[in-house]
Amino acid sequence: MIYTPAALAVTVFALFVALTLGLSFYFAAKTRSSSSYFAAGGSIHWFVNGVAFAGDYLSAASFLGICGMIASYGYDGFLYSIGYLAGWIVALLVIAEPLKRLGRYTFADALDSRFQSRAIKLSAGISTLAVSLFYLIPQMVGAGALVKPLLGLPHWVGVSMVGAVVMLIVVTAGMVSTTYVQFLKGALLVIFSAILTLLILNRGFTTDPQNAGYRAPRSTAAVEPGSATAELMQSVDSEILPAEGPWKNRPYLRTKDRTTGAVTIWRETPADAGLVKYYETQTLTKLADGKELVNGLPHGTGTGETDFYPVGNITRLPDGASSTGPLGPMQFFSTLEESELMLWSKDPAKIVEPDGAATTFFYPQLTSGSDVLLPGKSPTFSGIRGDAAWPKLNFISLMLALFGGTASLPHILIRYYTVKDQTAARKSTVVGIATIGFFYLLTLFMGLGAMTSGVIDVSSANNNMAAPLLAKSFGELLFAMISAIAFTTVLGTVSGLIVAASGAVVHDLMTSVGRMQMTDHEKVRAGKWAAAVVGLMAIGLGIVFEQMNVSFLVGWAFSVAASANLPSLVMLLFWKKTTRQGITAAILVGMTASLVWILLSGDTFKDVYGLPPESAWAPFSQPGIVTIPLGFVVLTVVSLLTQEHEARAVARR
Amino acid sequence: MHIGEEHRGAAGPADDDTPLIAARNARTGMRLFAIYLPLYAAFVLICAFAPGWMAQRPLAGINLAIWYGFGLLGGALLLALVYSWLCRAREAL
Repeated sequence: MIYTPAALAVTVFALFVALTLGLSFYFAAKTRSSSSYFAAGGSIHWFVNGVAFAGDYLSAASFLGICGMIASYGYDGFLYSIGYLAGWIVALLVIAEPLKRLGRYTFADALDSRFQSRAIKLSAGISTLAVSLFYLIPQMVGAGALVKPLLGLPHWVGVSMVGAVVMLIVVTAGMVSTTYVQFLKGALLVIFSAILTLLILNRGFTTDPQNAGYRAPRSTAAVEPGSATAELMQSVDSEILPAEGPWKNRPYLRTKDRTTGAVTIWRETPADAGLVKYYETQTLTKLADGKELVNGLPHGTGTGETDFYPVGNITRLPDGASSTGPLGPMQFFSTLEESELMLWSKDPAKIVEPDGAATTFFYPQLTSGSDVLLPGKSPTFSGIRGDAAWPKLNFISLMLALFGGTASLPHILIRYYTVKDQTAARKSTVVGIATIGFFYLLTLFMGLGAMTSGVIDVSSANNNMAAPLLAKSFGELLFAMISAIAFTTVLGTVSGLIVAASGAVVHDLMTSVGRMQMTDHEKVRAGKWAAAVVGLMAIGLGIVFEQMNVSFLVGWAFSVAASANLPSLVMLLFWKKTTRQGITAAILVGMTASLVWILLSGDTFKDVYGLPPESAWAPFSQPGIVTIPLGFVVLTVVSLLTQEHEARAVARR
Repeated sequence: MHIGEEHRGAAGPADDDTPLIAARNARTGMRLFAIYLPLYAAFVLICAFAPGWMAQRPLAGINLAIWYGFGLLGGALLLALVYSWLCRAREAL
């Protein structure tokens, strides 16, 4: 869809970014040493730190990706919410305190505190960098998705803007400023999501959403297959085009308006008793000369041009009602269970004409409400409803990675060091879990609200913008606020990740491995240079991965983090025979195996290389179920083999 | 709040727990984790191998998938609060 920026939205947005930058500069003046640059000098209050945990964690992926996935497919997006929060239980109950006792600034520091090994520093530094970069991709993709409707700018501009602003934030300040930015944004995100949820419940469900531009697609009565006529399509001044060439044996039927020449494409959909109905589709045709047609007319907002129209509605409410009025939270779900919805899908098979024009189809499907409230509706998880074993393993693998990934993320770990002691770290984490858990409850309301409010943009492959567009249906101001908060969400998360990555470069790679002698001041300067380089890399990756759902990308980042770091963390804390060789080997093997697996998976083949997913080498997409246990096995075996060596090393010390 | 407070040097933040308390806290954490782990595992396994079960509506016309999901979110918070409370109770001793 084409979006025109509204003055109000731009103003609110600019104010937010200015406020964020202002905060950064203010705290920058107070950052004097490398300790306060990288870990805020252990000086942050536990409540602020707890909400900042939520700010770090509720990234673009949580807000945009999960809501988008729920808006597209229902319950499946909520599986991510459940997995992400469960990961906090691992972090709090198993990892947090022992780690804090070991800790310095980075994951590598913590691992190294027992062994003083350059090899561990090197491997942990590399894995921190790899995980940070992987986690940066979805944040940048989310930023690009946001600025499109907000400011009417293309994806790459959004990505570059976030990159530039974040580099400015990080280079000027460091951990204290990112903590306060995270606190502010974490709190605002939860408050405004709660407001949005209240508005959704207050509006209730209706079969006729009053959103600007929304309309229901035209459809016909049920007829015998093959008996369609122009009259049936209610467009008397039209003719049906013959199903020739690439249109043969496809479920589409074309009517051409004799006056305007516009072609409407209808999809044949099975109805009761062997009959069929025809539903109007939305189409995007790319002509050989590069021009685009939408629904048969030139794509644009001028006269004679057209754009996609927003969709997604309830077609039937319980007892034939046309609207429900205000609903309670429980009623919201029980009403949906008994309703019928219209969801839109993209046909993966385009039709390419002999002249090179390629048409992509978006078509509506009636779906029962009870179906969207169950797992397995999305293409990502549909395999769990079948009998094949691989898709089930793929699902278990993802849920395992989400479970173990949180504690293994470098930018979450680093926040354990920003409060003064264990009690404060514990309180922070409880505040974090409460804030994050509450937010995840809201994702289900926001996603399902977007699904049924006539705000879905069919042309957005990943639906990353569903939540902000839902806010727009309640008015421009709420849209501007939510978008600006989402944008600062991206800013905050990206800043935290870049600080973690630059910490890894300076502490682990330059000072410890490279044995470079640096003063405090030089360390901070080197950290800032590293932050700038990582920021530039993130911008590039954010542009390349535009088409993917951000939550899906985050799933991968969790897999890499859990595979590389979880075995070392857990075994270091709970197995006395762990050796430095074991840790080094586990990190390198876990990281490499998970990265290679992802690069050879069907989803990467399809969305990144543009190759058929069937030709992928990995049997399923999510590596965790193989590579996390692999890390544990490698660590155990190598540690047992190097016991004697370790004993000698300890004796020498 | 201690913004701008002088940093504590490279050794990092202070450790305020005695080894005894720390060990007890760690054991408490593991025990509570042992409650959550089977709940989460059962959820994942039901979704993977018997997704049809999730369609049952045990209460208020809402299916098991939503009840279970909300239960896991609420359960996480409950365990976090219990853990924090148990640890604090010890520190007060």
